[in-house]
Amino acid sequence: MRRSPVTAPVGDVVPGWVAAVAVVGATFVVVPVVVLGARADWAHLPTLVTGAAALDALGLSLWTAVASTLACVALGVPLALVLARTSFPGHGTLRAVVLLPLVLPPVVSGLALLATLGRRGPVGGLLDDLGLGVAFTTTAVVIAHTYVSLPFLVLSVEGALRVAGARGELAAATLGASANRTFWVVTLPAVAPALAGGALLAFARSLGEFGATLTFAGSLQGVTRTLPIEIYLLRETDPDAAVALSMLLVVAALVVVTAVHSAGGTRGLRTALGRPRG
Amino acid sequence: MVLLAAGCGAAGGADGDGGRVLDVLAAASLGTVFEQVAADFEAEHPGVRVRLSVAGSPDLVAQVVEGAPADVLATADEATMARVTSDPTLETSPPEAFATNTPALVVAPGARVASLADAARPGTRLVVCAPAVPCGDAALRLADGAGVTLHPVSEELQVTDVLAKVASGEADAGVVYSTDAAAALARDPGSVRVVDVPEAAGVVNRYPVVVLEGSPEADLAHAFVDALTGPPGRAALAEAGFGAP
Repeated sequence: MRRSPVTAPVGDVVPGWVAAVAVVGATFVVVPVVVLGARADWAHLPTLVTGAAALDALGLSLWTAVASTLACVALGVPLALVLARTSFPGHGTLRAVVLLPLVLPPVVSGLALLATLGRRGPVGGLLDDLGLGVAFTTTAVVIAHTYVSLPFLVLSVEGALRVAGARGELAAATLGASANRTFWVVTLPAVAPALAGGALLAFARSLGEFGATLTFAGSLQGVTRTLPIEIYLLRETDPDAAVALSMLLVVAALVVVTAVHSAGGTRGLRTALGRPRG
Repeated sequence: MVLLAAGCGAAGGADGDGGRVLDVLAAASLGTVFEQVAADFEAEHPGVRVRLSVAGSPDLVAQVVEGAPADVLATADEATMARVTSDPTLETSPPEAFATNTPALVVAPGARVASLADAARPGTRLVVCAPAVPCGDAALRLADGAGVTLHPVSEELQVTDVLAKVASGEADAGVVYSTDAAAALARDPGSVRVVDVPEAAGVVNRYPVVVLEGSPEADLAHAFVDALTGPPGRAALAEAGFGAP
């Protein structure tokens, strides 16, 4: 709201039918989650979410999401900086390709990773010969999560970098600061809120990852079976536990969305999405 | 809301050209043979379209219990089917066993696995179905019968995923159904190797089929089950390697 140049009562600028459809849209998003929540057995929720399999899945999901978020930050910030501050032939293509996992069906991302890093893949075969094969390991889960989450981090940080502009960096350079020092002292602090927001979005995407993980890493309790896969497996044999675990993810998602919104992370994301480099 | 209702109306029940649609839900291991049975059924019943949905048995059961459109349901074991027939909100015909299947050990080309004991060794990348899925239950019973303990690196959600991971060489070995192994060999003789496990003959999955009696197409559904359990269906099932009930 604070950034909106124009805010007026709905009736003045928005046609009535638009507002009506908007209400339908909001209902469409909210109602299924509320109904799912109503179906949850809240009294037994603590028991349902503390079974050995559930705890294994929860623990695995949390730490693989943290690990992949760190990987996204390490890979994503340099990528965002290069995309925001440089121009070279193929810049637009690189930008589009980096965003690919955002729009690819996760199962396709999983197949692509499998083709590359699987035992018969060009990279995976090499790793396997060195005894570093990732097939069916937790590392494969982190790789799958990082692959699908990276665009969120890159978009957020790149958007913020464009909004901030290069003036601070140019000033630092004029004052004799090295490129390295400028990066740590000027560039990074300027985009810290967007970095935090992007990292949270990447974390949330990792926490919810299902298709790429299942395709690339498999499903084994404590090793590769993350919370979403556990929920999918449980939903028929133990629907109450599946709904209870789903509620954990809903709560986690709400926390992340709230935090990202206050960190301004979505602003960077919006800017990046709305103003692609021509 | 009106739009949503209209969308649902077009998708379920009748086709645009006034034909009838029969929703058949079948276990993953039945996919290929049901495609043929469905095609034959459509040929014999002009104006009828069979909409085949193939997935792991627990998936199908969950969909039916949640009210997904279904006229015929065929699962890979009786325990999974019991969750539908025991549901008080669903009226079904009595489950009729129409086929049997046995587990089979498939091995990736080049992998050194010559027995179930080899496959069960911790160093081997063995893939099975999750215990909640009929093929996973069959794998456990097979291991039980052979007196070995399995150490799978992954428990997949449907049998076709197990086969895919072995055929792609990602896994060394996997427990699937003998019909899946036969189908894989028919498609590509070099894709997997089947290792004989003597105890497999004693581990029999019986495939039940039911008609959801609440469906408006229940009569047509019964006709489909008759075709499946009658001579044409039997022939197709036998050709795919399924045993007689």
